[in-house]
Amino acid sequence: MNLAIETNELSKRYRRVTALSDCSIAVPEGRICALVGPNGAGKTTLLRMLAGLLKPTAGTASVLGGVPRQDPAFLGGVGFLAQEIPLYRGLTAEDHIRAGAHLNRRWDAASARTRLASLSVPLDRAVGKLSGGQRAQVALALTLAKQPRVLLLDEPVAALDPLARRHFLGTLTAAVADAGGELTVVLSSHLIVDLERVSDHLILLSKSRVQLCGDADDLLAEHKMLVGPRKDTSVLERTHTVVHAVRTPRQARLLIRLNGPVIDPAYEIEDISLEDLVLGYMGADAPEAYAHLTAVGEDQ
Amino acid sequence: MIAFRVDGRSGVPPYLQLVQQVRQALRMGVLKIGDQLPTVREVVAAVAVNPNTVLKAYRDLEREGLIEARAGQGTFVRQLPPGPPPGTHSRLGRSLARWVGEARAAGLDDEAIASLLQVTLRAANEANPFSSEEIA
Repeated sequence: MNLAIETNELSKRYRRVTALSDCSIAVPEGRICALVGPNGAGKTTLLRMLAGLLKPTAGTASVLGGVPRQDPAFLGGVGFLAQEIPLYRGLTAEDHIRAGAHLNRRWDAASARTRLASLSVPLDRAVGKLSGGQRAQVALALTLAKQPRVLLLDEPVAALDPLARRHFLGTLTAAVADAGGELTVVLSSHLIVDLERVSDHLILLSKSRVQLCGDADDLLAEHKMLVGPRKDTSVLERTHTVVHAVRTPRQARLLIRLNGPVIDPAYEIEDISLEDLVLGYMGADAPEAYAHLTAVGEDQ
Repeated sequence: MIAFRVDGRSGVPPYLQLVQQVRQALRMGVLKIGDQLPTVREVVAAVAVNPNTVLKAYRDLEREGLIEARAGQGTFVRQLPPGPPPGTHSRLGRSLARWVGEARAAGLDDEAIASLLQVTLRAANEANPFSSEEIA
């Protein structure tokens, strides 16, 4: 299994603030990796370091076997789409496609045109006059025209309506299918339900640290929700790790990381969703609170 | 051609939803032997799921013997799942729809209809315990 991305104790400190601390992750080639965590957890910092836009304070990173840096040899293989979707609003999609041909060593203009035409995105209208969804599609088509082998996307769908999001993610997954295992994607988002559909790998950041990194199905299988009477959990905790607990005077819901079978018959054992997992590690009290935040788009 | 959908909130893993939809389409006669299934790319572009999800679903169906991948051509229906011939479901569905209409007219709500169906199924299983095995 080849790793497309690997970091070892990667850290980024600003004068007083630690943006990312001892971050060690591994993403195998061909994966779509969800990057999740609360605002300020270090997601953008990590992506920008992987893209070579930001120098780490300590630790090492390797992307496609090379150290991320501002150098055509490295950047040729890496596509990065920033949160603010940087396009020239007065220029058309066709202008962007032509400019890209001059600025990149490898450039598949035909695929960008085909992709946008299949989505009925006009190539001859100023990008500033397109809808948010169409602009995001233009930016994605341009990033894919580079034929990158690693694609880093920083909350590309946060501002889009549900249909535009679906189309954007459809374009993304189709590009991954086209690449036949040679395109690796890291996608940060707060929209867990979207991520659950498209991703097969997970990095969870919280408080500037990596809480989880691994195959999404494996991580979900390793965690269970125990529902039962409120009682002393010290016996349980001898074997398993209690990640998060919600206790009422009578009942307890425990998110645990398994380390063997649960033998206490007092508990009902439930499978968890990606959302349960993320919320558990983020320490949220109630899923409703988080759902509300994502519904209004907390970054906007 | 089958049009897939994936419900992110259903609790059923997405790959299993795809498997069930193919089986359902075969039973209903929407898909016939020799029909081509959409490519992985077509499915992921339409429903925005991970390509591995579709590959896993197709692998499961291939292991069941229902579909086959032909090199360079695509994926095709090889045989129908065991059970009554296609069309049986839609015929029974139509007569059930008539019955539901009658039940509604008689004042039964959905919950009452569902519990009546369950009671009837249970009674039928007790009368003939082997037939339920075949259906399941």
